[in-house]
Amino acid sequence: MRFDSPSTTNPIDQLKVVGHPLDRIDGPFKTTGTARYAYEQHDVVANQAYGYVVGAAIAKGRIVSMDLAAAQAAPGVVAIVTAENAGKLSKGSLNTAMLLGGPQIQHYHQAVALVVAETFEQARAAASLVRVTYARENGAFDLAAARDTAPLRQGESGGASIGDFPGAFAAAPVQQDATYTTPDQSHAMMEPHASIAAWDGDKLTVWTSNQMIAWGVRDLAITLGVPRENVRLVSPYIGGGFGGKLFPRSDLLLASLGARIARRPVKVALTRPLIANNTTHRPATIQRIRIGATADGKITAIGHESWSGNLRGGSPENAIQQTRLLYAGANRLTAVRLAVLDLPEGNAMRAPGEAPGLMALEIAMDEMAEKLNIDPVEFRILNDTQVDPEHPERRFSQRQLVECLRLGAERFAWAERKAQPAQVRDGRWLVGMGVAAGFRNNLVTPSGARVRLDGRGVVTVETDMTDIGTGSYTIIAQTAAEMMGVDIEKVVVRLGDSRFPISAGSGGQWGANMATSGVYAACVKLREAVAQKLGFNSSDAAFRDGYVQQGNRRVSLGEAAGEAGLSAEDTIEFGDLSRRYQQSTFAAHFVEVGVDAATAEVRMRRMLAVAAAGRILNPKSARSQMIGAMTMGVGGALMEELAVDKRQGFFVNHDLAGYEVPVHADIHNQEVIFLDEVDPMSSPMKAKGVGELGLCGVSAAIANAVYNATGVRVRDYPVTLDKLITGLPA
Amino acid sequence: MKSFTYERAQSPREAAAAVERVQGAKFIAGGTNLLDLMKLEIETPVHLIDVNGLALDKIEPTAEGGLRIGALVRNTDLAADARVRRDYGVLSRALLAGASGQLRNKATTAGNLLQRTRCPYFYDTNQPCNKRQPGSGCGALAGFSRQHAVIGGSEACIATHPSDMAVAMRALDAVIETVRADGTVRRIPIADFYRTPGNTPHLETALMPGELITAVVLPKPVGGVHVYRKVRDRVSYAFALVSVGAIVQPDGSGRVALGGVAHKPWRMEVAERALPRGAKAVSEQLLAGAKPTHENEFKLPLVERTLQAVLTQARS
Repeated sequence: MRFDSPSTTNPIDQLKVVGHPLDRIDGPFKTTGTARYAYEQHDVVANQAYGYVVGAAIAKGRIVSMDLAAAQAAPGVVAIVTAENAGKLSKGSLNTAMLLGGPQIQHYHQAVALVVAETFEQARAAASLVRVTYARENGAFDLAAARDTAPLRQGESGGASIGDFPGAFAAAPVQQDATYTTPDQSHAMMEPHASIAAWDGDKLTVWTSNQMIAWGVRDLAITLGVPRENVRLVSPYIGGGFGGKLFPRSDLLLASLGARIARRPVKVALTRPLIANNTTHRPATIQRIRIGATADGKITAIGHESWSGNLRGGSPENAIQQTRLLYAGANRLTAVRLAVLDLPEGNAMRAPGEAPGLMALEIAMDEMAEKLNIDPVEFRILNDTQVDPEHPERRFSQRQLVECLRLGAERFAWAERKAQPAQVRDGRWLVGMGVAAGFRNNLVTPSGARVRLDGRGVVTVETDMTDIGTGSYTIIAQTAAEMMGVDIEKVVVRLGDSRFPISAGSGGQWGANMATSGVYAACVKLREAVAQKLGFNSSDAAFRDGYVQQGNRRVSLGEAAGEAGLSAEDTIEFGDLSRRYQQSTFAAHFVEVGVDAATAEVRMRRMLAVAAAGRILNPKSARSQMIGAMTMGVGGALMEELAVDKRQGFFVNHDLAGYEVPVHADIHNQEVIFLDEVDPMSSPMKAKGVGELGLCGVSAAIANAVYNATGVRVRDYPVTLDKLITGLPA
Repeated sequence: MKSFTYERAQSPREAAAAVERVQGAKFIAGGTNLLDLMKLEIETPVHLIDVNGLALDKIEPTAEGGLRIGALVRNTDLAADARVRRDYGVLSRALLAGASGQLRNKATTAGNLLQRTRCPYFYDTNQPCNKRQPGSGCGALAGFSRQHAVIGGSEACIATHPSDMAVAMRALDAVIETVRADGTVRRIPIADFYRTPGNTPHLETALMPGELITAVVLPKPVGGVHVYRKVRDRVSYAFALVSVGAIVQPDGSGRVALGGVAHKPWRMEVAERALPRGAKAVSEQLLAGAKPTHENEFKLPLVERTLQAVLTQARS
């Protein structure tokens, strides 16, 4: 199905199932331990051996020699994989570094060997006997030091210059110019990267934890140099990904190589201490933001430049994205610069670009509002735009940022905030409120599904879409139930298998809207097949309560399908609506923090997000997405930082004791409001996404609240007590 | 993890004898720290003597009016004991500020005292660490040192002791009872129990090889207001940036021990004489000669401000 004109009324608009806060259909499997995650697929193939990954002990250099004798002789060892015996390997299209290093070492903890043994314990013990001699080379590990070497990024994603930014900024009566930093961050998902691989001749099956099945198949096939059709990838349940599982990581490749060399199935999980340096992370940024405005608060110039680093060949953290679209202003400058660093590979983490970009921009907006003596909510409203500021002929398909801000301000009792900082005290706490806008683009990409109707009236949906904890199973079931006019109990959803039609996958917060649109398209075809079989006119046939009806004739779906059943497959594809209209999602985040007047410990008191993101397919799972993302924003604001050892070139705090993320006790009162919105430009579902929007802006709202509480402006994340303590009010 | 042999000890003396007999043997009780370290091969015992079966899990009154806490009393049980809650509040509060419910259910009194540092360089076997591998150097000194010691460290090591409980024990002047294979019993005041790192950061306590902690004895209660204040980046399940255990008497005198600042719980009785003059005077003495790194110099004002808050709380 091609979607190239705005959606009109369709069966989804009935909202009998879609739009309801249904429980997750996979919930009972998860709470009873019957949802099998990758490493737990004990019974899919017999005789599984265990692999243990050895990570490089240096950040840059070469392996001079490897002594495997002791490891090979250790009890239970079946095989050892290194670059020496792995055969020719290529780099996947999305990988920056090789997944198996040697002799060249590109980053710390890059895999250099996999030890395969009968048991996990044997593999781990033998892995410690692998002796590697390295020739260390100097590397670049310090973004601030490399900043001046970073060339400007060319092309559309590298930013733009509109009007006369330097002139307009210089002439602006009120100016704000500051530099902000965000640290490297780790996805820190609960389930570590894990894979089981089994070869049958030249056919490879992998059970893994992967957000994007088709990308996984493609890049694993490229890496191994085998035909894509020989690779099957299965990933029905995923314990979180956040962008860290978008494409193959070392567990997937090494399990495949281990299984080939050991001639038996091999399972590999990355241990927690490996994950920070072996896999990807969100790169640190340095961001300079300049805003010029008239005395009455109209932005006349806005400039945002961002620096980040990556391995050679890697891409930048595109922290300027939102600044190109969020606020009005005739004169604009955005630029991205990328330095070469020899730290581990940087890549996407939840809301790449916008999350760190808004961490900076939305502090700058707070600072500017204060300079202007305008309430920060009003300052944002004053500079709203309903068109793409770089291309004013492009309107936003829907843009209710102002409505989010106004409703949020009312519900949060924002009017009680004191504009002057450090004015509110509650016992030992200095109390402050902060606000920030949330923004994340709506991305469209093709998504396919297959739908089958059987003789019992059961609808089975198959798509390679994944559920990374988001609720994909449930919203897909809701979509099929709505389209076919059946109860949700009559729908079976099967996900995460490369034998199923290729979907959009889970990334860029597009999964919900795209995958359900693919299911919609397939159901439209299935309805046609049912109608055709019964001799109905498909546009007149009504599907409801398990029956299909035209005029006085009413046939149950099971009867219509018959013994043989009926099936249909389709892929939703998108025309140029996303080019003609800017499609984005919006939020307003309000927070209240307490800062300990003695110790400067920052503690959350209240959080509210108001979001406008198209049709909300399931308010319960969407709310879970939002509060999870808001929690991640608390981490980003207050504690998360991969500490860089700038001499050794690695992330030092590489476990969950050292890399802190919020615990239950950190999170109290979280509230989420979704505006009633449908976006006919986005898809037949008229939905968008919230999984990343929920994170965008949260951290800045917290930083702004800390400023409001204390009068100390921290521009370097995370906002930890050491950056506040000497500036606290007496 | 290296392979190891394992036995269950039948008596404290026998346990001590077993460790003395086998080079590279270690006791195991709760295992909440040792097993993690064994998996990473930071600890590589060849033989484990399980002491969980020894009947050292009682909390009993002493003739002097104090409490004798068996080495195997679990942190959860110790924190919840009515006598501890009533007379040694700083201990109960310190215990509950540490780890998580699950870990406290497993962790023992003696094991808690013997926790190893959480320095990330100690935990990464690719990195230099004089505590893990004497003579290899210190990665933290010019590296990531935000959590590290500001006082009492050396050029060889700036690791901190991670225990909350030990800070309270230090404030309470606890005495550590041990037994050796020959039956010798020692009573070591906690002030003498921990060592500063010097050139031998791998030697952390006064325990001799094979010496087994059997109990920790608390002197009779000293009264006063007991406060334990742990400062950290998140609300729970994090090691202290700084912690203060304090016992403050109505006349303004009292005791103060610090966590998160040194290789051991940090207390100086002489500094406590300055308590009536306030937190600044006490902190200046406690931290005289401090050598923070650029990354952890915030701990100096943090100690003073936290102590000030603790004293205010105690006096209110």
